[in-house]
Amino acid sequence: MGRYIPNTDQDRQEMLEKLGLHSIEQLYEDIPCQVRLKDELDLPAALSEMELVRHMKDIAAKNKTVDEYICFLGAGAYDRYIPSVVKHVLARQEFYTAYTPYQPEISQGTLQAIFEYQTMVCELTGMDVANASMYDGASALAEAVCMACQATGREKALVARSVHPQSREVVYTYSRFRGIKVHEVGYDDGRVDAQELKRLISDDVAAVVVQNPNFFGVIEVLDEIAEVVHHFGGLLVVSVNPISLALLKSPGSCGADIVVGEGQSLGNPLNFGGPYLGFMATTQRLMRRIPGRIVGQTVELSGNRAFVLTLQTREQHIRREKATSNICSNQALNALAATVYLSVLGREGLKEVALLSMRKAHYAFEKLISEAGCSSMFSAPFFDEFVVKVPVPVEELNRELLEHGIIGGYAVEKDYPELQGGWLVAVTEKRTKEEIDVLVREVGRR
Amino acid sequence: MKERPLIFEMSKPGRKAYSLPDCDVPHLALEDMVPRECLRDDDARLPEVSEVDVVRHFTRLSQLNYGVDSGFYPLGSCTMKYNPKVNEDVAALSGFTQVHPLQPAETVQGCLEILYRMDRLLSEITGMDSFSLQPAAGAHGEMTGLMIIKAYHQHCGDVKRNKIVVPDSAHGTNPASAAMVGFDVVEVKSNDRGEVDLEALKAVVDDTTAGLMLTNPNTLGLFEGNILEIADIVHKAGGLLYYDGANMNAILGIARPGDMGFDVVHLNLHKTFSTPHGGGGPGSGPIGVKKELEPFLPVPMVGFKDGRYYLDYDRPLSIGRVKSFYGNFGVVVKAYAYIMSMGAEGLKKVSESAVLNANYLMELLKGYYLVPYNRRCMHEFVISAQRQKEKGVSALDIAKRLMDFGFHPPTMYFPLIVKEALMIEPTETESKETLDAFADALIEIAREVEEQPEKVKGAPHTTPVRRLDEVRAARNPVLRWKP
Repeated sequence: MGRYIPNTDQDRQEMLEKLGLHSIEQLYEDIPCQVRLKDELDLPAALSEMELVRHMKDIAAKNKTVDEYICFLGAGAYDRYIPSVVKHVLARQEFYTAYTPYQPEISQGTLQAIFEYQTMVCELTGMDVANASMYDGASALAEAVCMACQATGREKALVARSVHPQSREVVYTYSRFRGIKVHEVGYDDGRVDAQELKRLISDDVAAVVVQNPNFFGVIEVLDEIAEVVHHFGGLLVVSVNPISLALLKSPGSCGADIVVGEGQSLGNPLNFGGPYLGFMATTQRLMRRIPGRIVGQTVELSGNRAFVLTLQTREQHIRREKATSNICSNQALNALAATVYLSVLGREGLKEVALLSMRKAHYAFEKLISEAGCSSMFSAPFFDEFVVKVPVPVEELNRELLEHGIIGGYAVEKDYPELQGGWLVAVTEKRTKEEIDVLVREVGRR
Repeated sequence: MKERPLIFEMSKPGRKAYSLPDCDVPHLALEDMVPRECLRDDDARLPEVSEVDVVRHFTRLSQLNYGVDSGFYPLGSCTMKYNPKVNEDVAALSGFTQVHPLQPAETVQGCLEILYRMDRLLSEITGMDSFSLQPAAGAHGEMTGLMIIKAYHQHCGDVKRNKIVVPDSAHGTNPASAAMVGFDVVEVKSNDRGEVDLEALKAVVDDTTAGLMLTNPNTLGLFEGNILEIADIVHKAGGLLYYDGANMNAILGIARPGDMGFDVVHLNLHKTFSTPHGGGGPGSGPIGVKKELEPFLPVPMVGFKDGRYYLDYDRPLSIGRVKSFYGNFGVVVKAYAYIMSMGAEGLKKVSESAVLNANYLMELLKGYYLVPYNRRCMHEFVISAQRQKEKGVSALDIAKRLMDFGFHPPTMYFPLIVKEALMIEPTETESKETLDAFADALIEIAREVEEQPEKVKGAPHTTPVRRLDEVRAARNPVLRWKP
């Protein structure tokens, strides 16, 4: 009982004596007796360490994992390879047991790592400034919409329907309570419908929100969208897949004003949906509007380079209700994983991961169409994820694949009723030709 | 001292730390897959380094940090307790980490079971009826809870309730979260005992009050003894009561927010329930509510029927999603393991020990520092360096000097209502010896303030870096490396 509590009964006694008390009970005299708990909490009996490990293993064993099954499911979370180094760096207690780096003299490790992370995010996105990370890609997108509204003084956003459905839901939730109006822009051949965008945009739109590659895996043409948005004085908000940025034109070079994304792919395990990290980057002009923590470079007294949390006048502990956001943490350890991952892969490795994934995805796409009776739904170019129409009901197909050791793609009809039979398949660098051939064979049998 | 290179400054073309398999499918040219105009012209300038470079670089960085495993970390309101190692092990089981969030429910029964059980456990611990594990952090939980409050009033047709009342001692996130949800913030002052002033509260609540946000024990470490009266005032005015769970470590098994009249509660699993802070995250900020607010919780919730767990999306009154998937699941696993390790008796002992440690430490320091609210405290307390300030030494200086003694400083300059505040939360995982040593250090520093104040004002002297030029960082922001 009371594991992790070092004080002995003797210690407690001595401490109470020092306080002039004779019982622990007296410490709680300020709590009115009406709210004092009369009985003990009704919780399961405490487990010893050995029992706990057994209990947790039993529960974990009830899950099917991507180690045992071949995973072709993506839709916002990806089964990618994580180099061993990442886990070993993250296991250093100085990183994972530390608090937010408020005391820079004893937090240079976290601070410098975040500075390096911010640099990497800027390099990938082509933006000027990145924050220290946010809860996840979806909430970062919602914060970006709020930021765009604050920056433009407008209260309307246009969100492409080709943005991840869950991200859109989070945008709606955040927006609804702040009085931001959100309208959707449809898609045409899997891409933002440029004609519809032109019809809907006006000079009261704060932000146009797109995703690239979008939820269907399709690559958007950002330059054209940027031109339309900027013509009406709005901001372009782009959600990106960071792996794709090794090869694809950066949103910054296409005119994006705020770039966000889900960083899970960068060295973070699937973990049933979290913890992940959202990244956010913006232009120099909007630097002081960005929510979240930011690390800056400065010097210590002796003149040496050192790092510190900065631009804090945007934040809640100073500004309270006038802050740019209420966020007061980042996903520091997940951002560290991303930083180590990007250091290991480096300039060439990230391109290789992206190219491998893309080639395998294109191989799978061709085979599913030529040999498994699937048909394409969109003709636009895609990255490493694509939608095909399958010959049998999607849920039925996925059930049968599961029996053959395969976790199938995502049924897009859940979110897009017009795409009946649409199957979103993700192919990462982890999938082998052999695994893809098994998938094609099994789908072809239906 | 020599500057530490950035990882980019170690880069050398041709060096690499990765190895990937050969491509086993047709080698399509990039341009055959993507039109040229969609491809980037220049590479992202990521570093090119060896594996040993990466490992040594980040190991060196880690050595510049101070973690809970390094030593005593008495940050007030942050509950920097020890993070049990076994919880890291069980959360790292592949049965949890290697699971895709969109897999069919029948393949993730273990994950859903953890979420479902946590809902039940946290409900029992707090006296609430239902919990969502979706919010990723305390501030995220606050925002979610306030959305629920707003949605509830709107559902009742009570649309003019646009004000959230917060005490002047509240965490800065409280008013910031209220603003995120489109509420106006009304501050209520504390009385000379450090508690909410009932008359002042009565004067600000009316039919536009959506709710009151309260931390109890509050940020002064004091239990709001009038909590039932406070709840009554707010409820009679038609408002709801929000519990900021940052200070829950004081009352586990002792008292429950649900029994005090709170309608909405958030917890910080990274504080009370021992999960590591990760250098700023990931945390987890589950939100709990009373029965009448259940329909408004975020989607999805986890249900249990006919021996199976399932995700329930059929919740028409829900505020919607606040995050993708189901929250910071990996963090929830660790907190679950913690609760299962402690049991009811263990959790009660946690709070008793946390409160005893705080009172004992406050007693040791009383003769040397001003204690602005000199009464029994809960799990934390606030001292003031006002006396030292008269000698020209500030709370900041004292905090920095503590680093030279091998301790992490307490929270500084908070709560805002105490001048030169140092807010100290020892937690239950510290021994009497550690508390004695910390008190000795603070007493020694008080002596230094009298005898050699310059030594304190120039602190820290022994840390990896000395004091930084923070003004320069803000005035001339350098936020990324450039070649």
